[in-house]
Amino acid sequence: MSEAIAMTEHQPTHEVKGRMGMWWFLASEIMTFGGFIAIYVLYRMASGGAWSSMAEHVSTLMGTINTVVLLTSSLTIVKAYEAIDKQDRKSAQRFLLITLILAFAFLGVKAIEYATEISNGYTPLTGIFWSFYFVMTGLHGLHVVGGIVAIGALYIMAIRGTLWNGTQKRVEYIGLYWHFVDIVWIFLFPLLYLSY
Amino acid sequence: MSEHGNGHAEPTSFLRKYVFSIDHKVIGKQYLFLSLFMALFGGLMAYYMRWQLAWPETAIPGAGWIPEPMAFGGIIPPEFYNALITLHGTIMVFFVGMPLLLGALGNYLVPLMIGADDMAFPRLNMMSFWTITTASLVLMASFFVEGGAASAGWTGYAPLSADPIHTGVGWGLNLWIMALALEFTSFLMGGINFLTTVVTMRVPGMTMFRLPLMVWMQITAAVLFMLSVGPLIAGAILLLLDRTVGTGFFIPERGGDPLLWQHLFWFFGHPEVYVVLLPGLGAIMEILPVFTRRPIFGYKTIVYSTIVAGALSFLVWAHHMFVSGIDPQIVMPFSITTILISVPFAVIIFAFMASLWGGSIRFTTPMLFAIGTIVTFIIGGVTGIFNGSAPVDIFIHDTYFVVAHFHFTLFPDVFLGGFAALYFWFPKMFGKMMNETLGKVHFWWTTITFNMVFIPMFLIGAGGHMRRIYNPLQYDFLKPMQDINIFITWSAVALLVGQLVFIFNFFWSMYRGKKAEDNPWEATTLEWAAAPTPPPHGNFETVPTVYHGPYEYSCPGQETDWQPQHVEKGSVAA
Amino acid sequence: MSDWFPKNISTFGGDIDSVFNLIFWIVGIGFLLGEVFIFYALFRFRRREGKKAEYVNGDLWPHVGWLIIPAAIILVLDLWIDFAGAKAYDRIKGDMPISDVVVKVDGKQFNWIITYPGPDGAFGTEDDLILENELHVPVNKVVKVLLGSKDVIHSFFVPVLRLKQDMLPGREIEAWFEATETGRYEIACAELCGYGHYTMRGFLSVHSEAEYANWLVERWPAPETEADGQQK
Repeated sequence: MSEAIAMTEHQPTHEVKGRMGMWWFLASEIMTFGGFIAIYVLYRMASGGAWSSMAEHVSTLMGTINTVVLLTSSLTIVKAYEAIDKQDRKSAQRFLLITLILAFAFLGVKAIEYATEISNGYTPLTGIFWSFYFVMTGLHGLHVVGGIVAIGALYIMAIRGTLWNGTQKRVEYIGLYWHFVDIVWIFLFPLLYLSY
Repeated sequence: MSEHGNGHAEPTSFLRKYVFSIDHKVIGKQYLFLSLFMALFGGLMAYYMRWQLAWPETAIPGAGWIPEPMAFGGIIPPEFYNALITLHGTIMVFFVGMPLLLGALGNYLVPLMIGADDMAFPRLNMMSFWTITTASLVLMASFFVEGGAASAGWTGYAPLSADPIHTGVGWGLNLWIMALALEFTSFLMGGINFLTTVVTMRVPGMTMFRLPLMVWMQITAAVLFMLSVGPLIAGAILLLLDRTVGTGFFIPERGGDPLLWQHLFWFFGHPEVYVVLLPGLGAIMEILPVFTRRPIFGYKTIVYSTIVAGALSFLVWAHHMFVSGIDPQIVMPFSITTILISVPFAVIIFAFMASLWGGSIRFTTPMLFAIGTIVTFIIGGVTGIFNGSAPVDIFIHDTYFVVAHFHFTLFPDVFLGGFAALYFWFPKMFGKMMNETLGKVHFWWTTITFNMVFIPMFLIGAGGHMRRIYNPLQYDFLKPMQDINIFITWSAVALLVGQLVFIFNFFWSMYRGKKAEDNPWEATTLEWAAAPTPPPHGNFETVPTVYHGPYEYSCPGQETDWQPQHVEKGSVAA
Repeated sequence: MSDWFPKNISTFGGDIDSVFNLIFWIVGIGFLLGEVFIFYALFRFRRREGKKAEYVNGDLWPHVGWLIIPAAIILVLDLWIDFAGAKAYDRIKGDMPISDVVVKVDGKQFNWIITYPGPDGAFGTEDDLILENELHVPVNKVVKVLLGSKDVIHSFFVPVLRLKQDMLPGREIEAWFEATETGRYEIACAELCGYGHYTMRGFLSVHSEAEYANWLVERWPAPETEADGQQK
């Protein structure tokens, strides 16, 4: 055989595996959310006018606030990652904490929204739009909760001083995941809040 | 993701070594036993169904133990019959086919074939096994909840599945959805693991085009699964909400669309067929060169054809829905893509055929099963053309013709291909040879009775015999075919009984079989040539370096007729 | 293999049967050639002492041709089947012929609800006739059936007509047929619809023109001519 022996890494660093594993995980997540979004769009196209009258009761203001909150948290987790790269432990801790606070803020706003909507009589059983609204934002919310658990774990490790020397790459994987959660919201926001 | 495979220590406690093991070889065997165990259930269900079809509403021998209200003194009511068809399909595809071909073969072979010491994420690997085990338990438990097990068919068409009032099945169907969701999660974790392992952990010299084809088939299957299952997971969540919360995603009077479920199911369903199919064909691709003593014909062509077929499989799903009420305008495009998908598969089959030519063929048990797979799979392949043709499908859709067709694709693949793989890799896995004579008896018995079961099904299908009916004697036009139904049932009984030969051989050989050498088949791939039998924890004593492709048999100018991948060829000129 | 088919009494049934036969012969011959090749190769290249296998890995272009050329033949045959299929499909599902009789058929666990519009030709009026499991049509007339469902998905399957169409709740799907022979035939449900799925059996009675006219008069003994009322 004339092919030269390719230099494949036999003992890849943890980073290579971790990053790749996260990408494949996100690929399957994209297909799931993509499925929801595709279903939603098909229904929206088929439904016509009734949809708008249901969709106009969401709170665009709160949705916008949450969009800003989540986008900012994407920025802060990148900042945390940069700080770790520069060995700046103090600001890494700080940025992780801010990310965490923003994630909680997102859930808080969402909770207020849910409470208002349900008390105004818009439940998942009110109509097909509301079913979609609660399922899609609910599933996204669960992903935010998952992100809080992961970022919280990173924060605790950062405080205890165990987030360095080999484990700090986890901030990158969780960051990837957190960007994904953010991007899903970027799709959900116009579909759910601006679709009337 | 906290632990990584490289260099994890060999565990000493029984629990860590055999139960919660993170060694890919142990996990592979766990998948193997799970799938064989579930296959027994799937087979038993097939027996009950066949008996009911041959002698409707009579007491089934061996069904007396089933408690009421599932059966009454061995007589099964239609509700339970529908649960049987549902669970038979679900079990055989998701809990036998996938764990056997992807779980067992994939886990055991992929790291060994690429020279790695384990999977990229051993703990994730363990989790995926225990997730599917949980899924199996949930599925079996669904028989015993009030209302019985899911009975809306393995395809679970809405609105029959979307509202308990239509079937009377309550939590049984919810548990069925949950079991499927767990199973999907398990194989998503597995797929992430396979792909990461193959991309990052190949030994020096193991380029992508030197991978054994089995590895190619496994990673293609993983990608197909990953890209197709997401929308169905979304659909399953919606279906579960329809049933439990009362939303109406699939219920027309609440604003939903029942056809949507079919689109989601089959968008996944067709790639899923190839997810199961490819690793089975992969086993054949490994076995053929070993026992023909020549390279497989057209390695790269096979790889490209597989990728083309995989890509096309995302464009054919509506062929399951030709009579479902979709717009007739989109039927013909799907009919054309469906029929065109025969081209890449024809290429693969031609490659198999060409691989026989010029060989020096040894008829061992694994080789017989491999040949049996090819010979019967062709029938499954060509009958797909009938189903794929839209006008013909109007008549044969939902008849036994379709049942015969997909059994002719999946049975050769999962069982004949699976048996070929087991007879072939058993020595490596368990360190013992399986008995050849019993293996050959098993082969002939299985292949012949299998054909006796499913060839007549084509005939009654052409006669219009609907599938999924509890009692064919209700219809005058089916009565003349009842003798064939009885013949099929006897053949099915024979097919099932014949598997006792395999079960005996399997366990007897495990303890009493002849001790296997490191490389009893004189094969070239790393799992045989470079790893001891059975491979120790960590697989290889030294990291092998790969010098050439996987199927270098009968190279001109070499002393032996097999050149292991990790041994440089002699310098003798051809 | 089409000998196994039920009798055909539909004008388009022959088209379906002939596409089936076309595919049967194409794939049948291909199948035989393939299997003969395999068994011949297995026999000819069985292991023999002192005979070494040939080293041909098939990755060179002339060798790839051995796969590509047969695949190209398959492709041509596939297209042949596609075109024949498209033609037949268009005849059945393309433009619907002008119908002489319109009947509504609804599936309901586990019966066929068959509704005739009556002399006024409109559904939902007083003179509608509702029958269970009995569909009466005249021979050699185009019958349009409006298929729907009251609960789950059913499938309207008349083997002798080569007609099968799923019936969806919340939608009305049109299908048509023209029966060419009188007689009484079975209607079956082809889509799993619950525990009573297998009992969902109906009857199609194809009457001669005179018989059908009589049947109409018996149902609607009004002065006007019913046959006109059925025109659409």
